[in-house]
Amino acid sequence: MSFDLAVVVAALPAILAGLQVTLGIWLAALALGIGLGFAVAALRHFGPGPLGLALRLAVEVLRGTPFLIQIFLLYFGGPFVGIRLDPVPAGLLGLSVYAAAYFSEIFRAGFVAVPRGHVEAAQCVGLSRAQIVRRILVPEMTMLVLPQCVNMAVILVKETAILSIIAVPEATAVISALGSQQYAFVESLFLLALIYWLLVEACGWAGRALERRLSKFRFA
Amino acid sequence: MTARLFELMLKAAGYTVVISVASIGIGLLVGILVCAAKLSPRPWLRWPAGVFVSFFRGVPLLVQLLLIYNLLPAVGIVVPSVVAALVGLSLCTAAYQAENLRGGFASVPRGLLEAADMAGLSPWQQFRRIRAPIALRLTVPALVNEAILILKASSLVSVVGVIELTRTAQNLAASTYEPLLFYSVAGGLYLAINWIVAGGGALAERGLRRGRLA
Repeated sequence: MSFDLAVVVAALPAILAGLQVTLGIWLAALALGIGLGFAVAALRHFGPGPLGLALRLAVEVLRGTPFLIQIFLLYFGGPFVGIRLDPVPAGLLGLSVYAAAYFSEIFRAGFVAVPRGHVEAAQCVGLSRAQIVRRILVPEMTMLVLPQCVNMAVILVKETAILSIIAVPEATAVISALGSQQYAFVESLFLLALIYWLLVEACGWAGRALERRLSKFRFA
Repeated sequence: MTARLFELMLKAAGYTVVISVASIGIGLLVGILVCAAKLSPRPWLRWPAGVFVSFFRGVPLLVQLLLIYNLLPAVGIVVPSVVAALVGLSLCTAAYQAENLRGGFASVPRGLLEAADMAGLSPWQQFRRIRAPIALRLTVPALVNEAILILKASSLVSVVGVIELTRTAQNLAASTYEPLLFYSVAGGLYLAINWIVAGGGALAERGLRRGRLA
């Protein structure tokens, strides 16, 4: 077995471009997933019954099937129902919807965990419904759900690797292609593993730092 | 879809279940060892266990599978792809299960151990009669959760050429030109298996609660 880092060094610009795609899709899917997930959780909590039931079913299906199957369905099945997307938008859409399902469950648990007394107290002092959401529910919930959100962000970093299978030019696709062109699988895959490892550790570290900073807003 | 093709999908789903159950089982055994090493007072055991857990939880499973699939032949070990896939899945779930077990051991109420001390139980007796049973019982929900995660994650072994449910759906979708149908059926089968596992887990938890101490 040979271990030749020169191959990797020569391909550094391509690797950095792949890394950029990974980070871009990750951050975008994180933002979209949180936004959409919050909307779904709110609709399930406050919305009409039938809508809640439909959303619950969608969330169950998204959480009960492999992400790979979902992305295949969207990318290869989509064109048959008029959804024709390039790999990057398909990957971003798929990952965001997948993330939204998990985030909605996190937020739903968060809504339920906010003490009822706080909401009742807010009603008594005459806060409107929108004010209660903005001033009481969201801030208190944020503290409760932060650890799970960080956990989900870490899971999403790792799920972006799956997008290489539908030819999204992110880090895994670029680096494993490099491996097969140069016949340097071991070097390139070790580098790839190292990159993800650092990314995940950094994300966990940033999450813990954020929790410490926000801990002053904790109510209990 | 003809009955024959559906039968093919069902058989592939069975293969997915076999791979997942084998990985969960091997992963539990390795996870117990890793957990023991992590709880050990000896740094030369604790350290490698910590790196193992951090690595296998920090790197995407797909990358782990590609690494193992390419690394084994490079060091002269030629095995069928299903073995490489099993090694990858088992090591990954072992890291998660080790952490779950560690959480279980950490949640054993201190009072029980103090009581056992007062009653004169030896450390081994305490482990066998008190710590291990309670920790295992506390870990059951996490184990069921992990089983569902591994069932879904096993779809990734299709990438290293194992003909399980996802790969079969891929092959049939390509040859019949009906991706919507076959990926939906595959998704439905994964969902059904997961519901069965979740239901079984709920039953097991209820059964365990009946005989619980703490």
